[in-house]
Amino acid sequence: MSNIFFSNAFRFIGLVFLQILIFNNINLFGYLNPYPYIAFVFLFPFKKERSALLIFSFLIGLTIDFFTDSGGIHAASTLFIAYFRLYFVQLILRKSEFEYYTFQITSISVDKVLVYFFVLILIHHFLMFSLEFFDIQSFFEILKRTLLSTIFTFLVTTFGYYILVSKNR
Amino acid sequence: MQQIINFLIRNRYLLLFLLLEIIALIFIIQSHSYHKSKFITSSNSIIGGIYTKTNNLSNYFSLAQENEKLAEENTYLKNLLSKKNINIDSVIRHVTDTVYHQEYQYITAKVINNSYSKRNNFLTINKGLKHGIQKDMGVILPNGIIGVIQDVSPNFATILSLLNENSKINVGVKNSNHFGTLAWNGKSYEEAQLLDFPRRASLKIGDTIVTGGKSVLFPEGIPVGTIKNLNLRNNYYENITVTLFTDMSNLGYVYIVNNIDKKEIENLEKKHE
Repeated sequence: MSNIFFSNAFRFIGLVFLQILIFNNINLFGYLNPYPYIAFVFLFPFKKERSALLIFSFLIGLTIDFFTDSGGIHAASTLFIAYFRLYFVQLILRKSEFEYYTFQITSISVDKVLVYFFVLILIHHFLMFSLEFFDIQSFFEILKRTLLSTIFTFLVTTFGYYILVSKNR
Repeated sequence: MQQIINFLIRNRYLLLFLLLEIIALIFIIQSHSYHKSKFITSSNSIIGGIYTKTNNLSNYFSLAQENEKLAEENTYLKNLLSKKNINIDSVIRHVTDTVYHQEYQYITAKVINNSYSKRNNFLTINKGLKHGIQKDMGVILPNGIIGVIQDVSPNFATILSLLNENSKINVGVKNSNHFGTLAWNGKSYEEAQLLDFPRRASLKIGDTIVTGGKSVLFPEGIPVGTIKNLNLRNNYYENITVTLFTDMSNLGYVYIVNNIDKKEIENLEKKHE
């Protein structure tokens, strides 16, 4: 139990530092940054008791908001994908495959992991940029940034996942 | 009663989710209003401290560039001095000036966190209340404006960047008395937009834009940029784009402007409202 706690605490701090020190300063083409800190939500253990997931996802978003003076946009969007993560996993995997206690992300097939990452990243980024711009007239700008950043985050996250987490290298 | 408790227990994750989401939305709404002091800010001591540490490391890579900027500014200031015919080589000089009145005071600070790629950008600097910095002071470079101080803690402060939807800065055209507003549409960090320019102000592509005298935040006449593009439709100016002189993606040391007369001017202006 405490092992899971420490590995998640370590991941929390590690991802926040990577995000604010490296990934927030990439600015590809002058405006593109990846947001791989949300991998925290993807990798958080699947449990029946979900309040820890919700609270820590909210907190990691809020921490990023503190560092980037962005109000609460990261907190709101990270919390959102944390809440809908479960329903989404049930949707990709067939119900029979899904068991709370035995379920581990490393045990599902590669293509499903990638779909899982991609869709959650897409939802997160769309929400985040919508809240950042807060303006219907900038819809195309929001869409453009969402798509490009999603691809960027997806590449970084998948790369990191296969190097650091996945067992079937 | 039992039913209510059952309902709460059954939907506890949804309720927790909604509660936290509402808290986040309150923070977001708060961040969109310019006047309120914020809770979510990088000007607090923990985050400022972390940024200072990491900035100390990355400092070394920009030393050469920083030196060059300083040398350029020195040359500029020397040229100004020589125009005023003040000999700085002589040992001591007393100038009796009966109209002497210091209007502005400058404080140097280092940018420890810069952002320019978001819709609403903020910067963090390594000076705060202890060093005399207060909310609503202007922040400039010798060749342009950066923004306005937003939140201040004892040791750090955040700047509302020029690249922010809440940033509206009074500017004018060099050698003319027409004024307009400088704003940013969120697209390129090298360009800003001019709004509310009167039709009679004859603008041309290439005109230099400087800070206007109507604002108490900035000294008058600091160069901001040049007009890159403009359309004249139905006798109104539209889409005036200004290329900024400052490279907002690469900021080191900045100057914070303290207008000593600011309180007096504001008090006076309040009387008319």
